[in-house]
Amino acid sequence: MLFRPNPSSGVPIYLQLMEQVKHGIETGALRPGEQLPGIRPLAEELVINPNTVAKAYRELEHEGVIELRHGAGAFVSGQAREKKLTDRLRAGQTIVAAAVERLHARGVTDEEIRRLFEAELAGLSRSGGERG
Amino acid sequence: MADTVIIETADLRKHYDGVEAVRGLSLQVPAGSIYGFLGKNGAGKTTTIKLLLGMARPTSGRAHVFGLAADEDRASVDIRRRTGFVSDDKDLYDYMTVAEMIRFTAAFFPRWRADLEQRYLRAFALPLDRKIKALSRGMRTKLALLLALCRGAELLILDEPTAGLDPAMTEEVLQALVAHVAAEEMTVFFSSHQIAEVDQIADRVAIIDRGRAVLTGSLDDLRESYRRIQLVFDGDAPEPAFRAPGVVRVRRKGRVLTVLSSAGAERILDEARALNPVSVDVVPVTLKEIFLETVTVED
Repeated sequence: MLFRPNPSSGVPIYLQLMEQVKHGIETGALRPGEQLPGIRPLAEELVINPNTVAKAYRELEHEGVIELRHGAGAFVSGQAREKKLTDRLRAGQTIVAAAVERLHARGVTDEEIRRLFEAELAGLSRSGGERG
Repeated sequence: MADTVIIETADLRKHYDGVEAVRGLSLQVPAGSIYGFLGKNGAGKTTTIKLLLGMARPTSGRAHVFGLAADEDRASVDIRRRTGFVSDDKDLYDYMTVAEMIRFTAAFFPRWRADLEQRYLRAFALPLDRKIKALSRGMRTKLALLLALCRGAELLILDEPTAGLDPAMTEEVLQALVAHVAAEEMTVFFSSHQIAEVDQIADRVAIIDRGRAVLTGSLDDLRESYRRIQLVFDGDAPEPAFRAPGVVRVRRKGRVLTVLSSAGAERILDEARALNPVSVDVVPVTLKEIFLETVTVED
């Protein structure tokens, strides 16, 4: 599993890490029960603040994506939750795919679609609903 | 731990020969943070650090480190004993070898960490027998950092630790800092004019400009609350007076209106929609953009 946050993107690094863990689970790169790198080694490898890694792990645990076992480290949550998460994401992916197809049909480019999504998400995040 | 404040300054001022180097600086550095002290050259960073370490006396205001007053002689000795400090010129004794410099420094610190000394000697590949005057700039920095990391300090104060280093060397120094903090539970206060490295390893930041903190806070909070909103209109952009809080700057150019917000985009969008723009874009704002928007541009 490869984590690659971009510190200067303007998006909080802990959110980027959270997304990358979820994406890893979605793609199967991370399996239920699998252990995630420890906070120290990951901070050192990515050269980012250990508090940032700890925050990402705490939030992921809060969302039920991973489990923090005292002294043992962080593990991807068990099958049931993982499946639920995957189903939800798969449903979302279908919706996104349809939307992207319609936008393409109208001649909207990939880059424009990306900007539209970002604008929409940035717009939503202000209402404070979906931020951990 | 999280609530303890390690460094605190209140309305700190320092005038030298008619120059106001620090002009009412107020900072709070919580324990366990990596605190980036970001400013252009000449913004007052080095003077502030000297005030914190009792190496200069404030004209007015106060500075406390570990709750100790930095302008009291005995307290400041205690502050320096408990702090690892790397100055901007990495001052070392040029006539000594690397090994001699390490032994010399270790003798002053009863809590000297021989284990860390061995680890950083290996990690930094420092040549023990070489005279300090023959060290490259990168090696000098690494040696100064080793001396600061091994003394068993609770706080590291680093003045431009990566100045003059190439990107690979910079990454090595940042990595050593991150690893050290993860293992030792300490606080790091480092000054820098490199936005990228503050973005990378800091969790809190103060942007200092002309001796004043123009922005302080958690980097994640800044990243989550700053937004740039671009509105495009059919004809010339209107000149709205936004009532929403957090409007930092509004720029109007032809049909385009750009709003920089420090409090998200929602309230501004609510007002903006009433103006009937033909398109609306909301994008995150990088620390670099925030920096450039908050510091004064040289005339």
